[in-house]
Amino acid sequence: MFKVLEPGFFTTIQDAGRYGLRDKGVPWSGYMDVKSAQIANSLLENKPEDAVLEITMTGPILQFEAPAFIALSGAEMPASINERSIPNNEVCRVEIGDVLSFGKLKNGFRSYLAIKGGIQSRKVLGSRSYFKSLTDKDRIILGDEIPYNPFNDFHPKISSIKTNSHLKKQHLDVRLGPEFSALDKASTEQLFSTAFTIAKEHNRMAYQLQEKISPHKISMITSANLPGTVQLTPSGKLIILMRDGQTTGGYPRILQLDENSISILAQKKFGDQIYFTEV
Amino acid sequence: MKLFGEKAFLVEWPAEVDESILYDILAFTEHLRSNQLDAALWELVPAYNSLVLICREKIENPDQLKKQLKAWYLDVKGRIPVKRQRWKLPVCYDPEFGIDLEMVANTLNLTASRIIELHTEPIYTVYGIGFLPGFMYLGGLADDLIIPRKETPRLRVPKGSVGLAGQQTGIYPQESPGGWNIIGNCPIPIFRVEESKPCFVNVGDRIQFYPINRAAYDLYKIETQVGIYKIEHTIVDV
Repeated sequence: MFKVLEPGFFTTIQDAGRYGLRDKGVPWSGYMDVKSAQIANSLLENKPEDAVLEITMTGPILQFEAPAFIALSGAEMPASINERSIPNNEVCRVEIGDVLSFGKLKNGFRSYLAIKGGIQSRKVLGSRSYFKSLTDKDRIILGDEIPYNPFNDFHPKISSIKTNSHLKKQHLDVRLGPEFSALDKASTEQLFSTAFTIAKEHNRMAYQLQEKISPHKISMITSANLPGTVQLTPSGKLIILMRDGQTTGGYPRILQLDENSISILAQKKFGDQIYFTEV
Repeated sequence: MKLFGEKAFLVEWPAEVDESILYDILAFTEHLRSNQLDAALWELVPAYNSLVLICREKIENPDQLKKQLKAWYLDVKGRIPVKRQRWKLPVCYDPEFGIDLEMVANTLNLTASRIIELHTEPIYTVYGIGFLPGFMYLGGLADDLIIPRKETPRLRVPKGSVGLAGQQTGIYPQESPGGWNIIGNCPIPIFRVEESKPCFVNVGDRIQFYPINRAAYDLYKIETQVGIYKIEHTIVDV
């Protein structure tokens, strides 16, 4: 296992998600930035659904109690093993007692730490993804011991890759949502012509945007939402549902992000700007 | 019927809260679940007047699927829907749990015992499950119990709290922030993560509340914890 010496700002265990219970109100959860998590897992030749650590904004300090191979991908928060710095998107070997720590966030918002064989924590309803109210914890805490299977010998097919990084992308590809047609002309023009800024209120459930569009009186009956659904509140505020977002809601669903754009948005933080592009 | 993003379809019925619409949706949902769509790939989320079909992968040929869905709907349209469960759930309305009961009574100009009567009389219909794991959207509240949600939501509403807000009543399946007026508490957990089927209620089921005293509340709570409490339920035609 590895031991949590410091938890960081908000660090969770995530896998590909918890499926089959959306009709009981259970969101899928899972990696916010699927793309980065998959890069880290694939470098280690893990299964695409293996559990990783999702590290938000500031990194934890972790000590390994058995040999392992790890890979980091996603946000740039310069990591080191003991004092030796290690790059993102590269397989690294760690020895018993090694300490992994992270520097200041440089780019993006969420970093992924994958470990050869995947994190072996307990599954709840078929998934290791943390989700408040289903799992005991909603984040890792000081002193946690996180299990994995030790690996002494591993010869990766590819030891590092250069990724066509999505961290700096600002354009989110969207399709029109079910209630889009209820918007007036001014609102639709504004949606596709202006930049929107990420508000302070953003987390695994939803990202709120600072700029408002026109208020509206569209009323609808509660219906199902998806990760990536852009909801419009009566005051004109935009809320983009993310992986832990509520499964149903009563706000008009005006846009729908595609899968790749959810990963792009997952790397945004307060003050960053995005644009909607219709595909 | 609309494509909803790259992975989902939204099927809508007339925009009304109506049991016959709900049961038409559920007959279609059951048909798709048991005969047509691979459960490992598709999740079906019915609520009120809509059904969202969500695929874990990108839908490759939406036009073809749309045609197919229409044909499958015609297979079951007008068919008598499957039988549903009616669950009887105990609620303790003691002031210790029903922290807003007195305020609600004053606002609605009713006695607390009349509120309990009005709340336990109807057989509610589960129109949807969402918001939180196991949170039921119940229809059928008595008009006399309609009261606006609280102006300032509480940061923590205890698990099991039974509340009133607008035309809705329901149970908080977990502790959560919330703005509903709390009138009691149900000792039976609606969602249990340790079970392979964590939520016994399905959309379309019926719910009836009955009042219990504090001693019964404690007893049911313990019986639930040790796994011997049996929820009273009957199969009903809808």
